[in-house]
Amino acid sequence: MLDFGTITTATDQYLHSVMPTQAALLLECILVALCAVLAYVMLAIVMIFMERKVCAAFQCRLGPMRVGVWGLLQVFADVFKMLIKEIISIDRSDKLLYNLAPYLVVMSSVLTFSCLPFAQGFQVLDFNIGVFFIMAASSFGVLGILLAGWSSNNKYSMIGAVRSGAQMISYELSIGLCILVIVVLSGTMQISELVEAQRDGWFIFKGHIPAFTAFIIYLIAGNAETNRAPFDLPEAESELTAGFHTEYSGMHFGFFYVAEFMNLFIVAGIASTLFLGGWAPLHIAGFGAFNAIMDYIPGSVWFLGKTFFVIWLLMWVRWTFPRMRIDQVVSLEWKYLLPIGLVNLLIMTICVVCGWTF
Amino acid sequence: MNFVLLFTMIVASIILVFAGMLVARLISPRTHNRQKGEAYECGIPTQGETWVHFRAGYYLFAILFLMFDIETVFLFPWATIVKELGMKALLGILFFLFILILGLAYAWRKKALEWK
Repeated sequence: MLDFGTITTATDQYLHSVMPTQAALLLECILVALCAVLAYVMLAIVMIFMERKVCAAFQCRLGPMRVGVWGLLQVFADVFKMLIKEIISIDRSDKLLYNLAPYLVVMSSVLTFSCLPFAQGFQVLDFNIGVFFIMAASSFGVLGILLAGWSSNNKYSMIGAVRSGAQMISYELSIGLCILVIVVLSGTMQISELVEAQRDGWFIFKGHIPAFTAFIIYLIAGNAETNRAPFDLPEAESELTAGFHTEYSGMHFGFFYVAEFMNLFIVAGIASTLFLGGWAPLHIAGFGAFNAIMDYIPGSVWFLGKTFFVIWLLMWVRWTFPRMRIDQVVSLEWKYLLPIGLVNLLIMTICVVCGWTF
Repeated sequence: MNFVLLFTMIVASIILVFAGMLVARLISPRTHNRQKGEAYECGIPTQGETWVHFRAGYYLFAILFLMFDIETVFLFPWATIVKELGMKALLGILFFLFILILGLAYAWRKKALEWK
């Protein structure tokens, strides 16, 4: 399999050979930032297009068909439209916080995005506390949402933001517990090591029952974390207009929209990294020929394939279930997912201590 | 190197939003009138204050969240060394989770988990 790390190391050495250390470092940083931000924006565009097409398929429609072949350029047209729309700001809003909110939301999702391992060695941030950093970075997005709702001086935004805050912090606990289950199983928090440990079998197979339970809980909690249906109370359009971003327009709104879609990608990406093996190909012990063939498929294809499969699952959920009530959302988390998650963690600990894992 | 990259990504995300907003502000029209500056409330003039005292129901969940989130922070270092500690880790976590679940049961019993 291709190790992307060799390419980055070679580039690093080449840059250091032709220019002084400081300049090489600066140039590398700019290159990395440029690639990451471009990937971020392009994936957001792919996600928006996919959402529309999947939604259309579930409702027996065609979706966007007019702009470009098969509607492929529709999202680009929409982004351009968003750029030329007027940015309206409200007279009695808190201007500083109002303008600060999109920065926080986008920053949180960009930081989380840069932790995802797209292929071997193809990862921007690889801390030894990787999954912990992911939790920390993704949890300050809720701050931006609360600021957006508060500073808009609009009752819809206010209610939407507070609902969103209550929901996101609640479901974060379940996400934390599911990640803990995997950390207990693997004994490491570094993302690259987590994926490396799944080469001979994905964690969802290695950890059998507790890992599978954790995967299901993670999908539910992750769906709630991204504020999508059936957990879209913060922006329930029939009751709250647009929730916390009611007063945002044009590109201001666009950043919330992009961050929301990328959060879906990130949730799916983390699910595929922790449970479905990230870029590690499917290996079955004892089937040497099968494993060898699977190794020919590049890691990035594995990662994106798994991620888009999980995204497709979440979209299926979104377009199938009706919206929940706020008391149902809260009791689902506190009375079901959290106790189940705690017990699940205990079961996984017992399995690991007694050696009942594959 | 990781912290340099972390700093790079923070700056990159700020630049991404800033550049987007700058382009949008340059090419988008800008007009102003009094109605436009009002908060949207289905088209009628805004009634009353927005920044008021808010329900305490949200507050209880925030307190509970704090308790369980700190718990997750405590569990992460433990989780990395479960394999090495073996039985000791299991006993430790049983005790820890017992106290936590007691707290959750207390909140449940006191009806702090109901949405009223």
